[in-house]
Amino acid sequence: MEKRTRYKSMKAFGERFANADEQLKIINQPAGMPLFDVKFESIGIGPLTSGKIEIFQVNVGKMCNQVCKHCHVDAAPDRKEIMIKTNMELCLSALASSDILTVDITGGAPEMNPYFKWFVSEIKKMRKHIIVRSNLTILVANGFEDYPEFMAENNVEIISSLPFYKSSLTDKQRGEGVFEKSVTAIKILNNLGYGKENSGLIFNLVYNPAGAFLPGSQLELEKEYKRELLKNYGLVFNNLLAITNMPVSRFLDFLISSGNYKEYMEKLCSSFNPGAAKNVMCKFTLSVGWDGKLYDCDFNQMLELNLNNGTPKYIKDFNISLLENRRIITGQHCYGCTAGAGSSCGGTTA
Amino acid sequence: METYYDPKDLRKFAEMSVGAPELWKKFSDWYEAVFAAGALTEREKALIALAVAHAVQCPYCIDAYTQESLAKGADLEQMTEAVHVASAIRGGASLIHGVQMKNVNAKLTM
Repeated sequence: MEKRTRYKSMKAFGERFANADEQLKIINQPAGMPLFDVKFESIGIGPLTSGKIEIFQVNVGKMCNQVCKHCHVDAAPDRKEIMIKTNMELCLSALASSDILTVDITGGAPEMNPYFKWFVSEIKKMRKHIIVRSNLTILVANGFEDYPEFMAENNVEIISSLPFYKSSLTDKQRGEGVFEKSVTAIKILNNLGYGKENSGLIFNLVYNPAGAFLPGSQLELEKEYKRELLKNYGLVFNNLLAITNMPVSRFLDFLISSGNYKEYMEKLCSSFNPGAAKNVMCKFTLSVGWDGKLYDCDFNQMLELNLNNGTPKYIKDFNISLLENRRIITGQHCYGCTAGAGSSCGGTTA
Repeated sequence: METYYDPKDLRKFAEMSVGAPELWKKFSDWYEAVFAAGALTEREKALIALAVAHAVQCPYCIDAYTQESLAKGADLEQMTEAVHVASAIRGGASLIHGVQMKNVNAKLTM
């Protein structure tokens, strides 16, 4: 089996799964599994519908300094899709008109957006809680050395992927040398107070499996991570968020090319957990794309499942009363959020 | 049946409840308790299970506990060392019986 190292996006090579329609053709084949909508309705709370929006997630661009093997964004240095300032201003207007308390900024590497600092500072003025999903290595890249301090000054919560507490699986998934650079970045963050009790600076790590299997217990993995990172590198963090890999983009490509797709989907479906399903993140999240389009979540965003069902489709048309209680657009990939202990951008849900 | 072992049969394990449901329930409850984190972590227990799976050469268990070890946060290095532990014990178990051979040899030969 070919184990590719990626240096560019799938889009750069015109690969099949760079195209959202091609992904959906595969994902939505029933393949003997009940339709997600049917399965969800079997738990007796009606169709999957959002409630009050609590998290405003903004994807500020697909450009990234890393090319991770499992990336659902197909992010890479060659991706040029970057949120322009006008769309950021529209996001700020939307936030000003609502009582949403948390803004979750993601990418790509969000720091690579030239208006990143301006955007964060403006959100801070609104006294919103800000989360930045940082890949860590960008914080030690040339030209970004002052970003950790900037994050601390703005009391930004940082959430970062670290698939393993050793270089073996981390580098395999995220690229050679990523673990070492991540350790350096975490040391800088820890020195600023990130991850330390009572500092008020929250630093969470994300675990996601380095392959076609579901994550184990979030709590147990967190204990392992805390012990090993402290013992071997003197590093600390607040919480570990265990996230299931979704059958989208590069991970879908891996599942198909490695012959794991059918079994993985069956595993997701057979592990359907009603408790997790009741707390899926789309119920309280609105996702904004780099181009201002609105989605139910970052995964639907990458599958180009733009909001529909009579709700506003663009940030310029933001109207919270029309966006709350909206019918969520689902597909068979949604089993990824309801399997086992559940999965969301905030970790397990059950 | 083309082979005695079919990977799909692993998913049918719970069918062993048919015919002896109470025994299956006792086994399931005990099994679940055994693998819960205690003095050993879930990862350590999964690695022990993986090693034992190799010692008893159960293909179902090797499949299941490779997946389980990965899910519990083990990597290839740890899993390979676990298999070496099992193999060393199996090898050692054969070798230690050589003492018995030597005893018999000592008794019988001049």
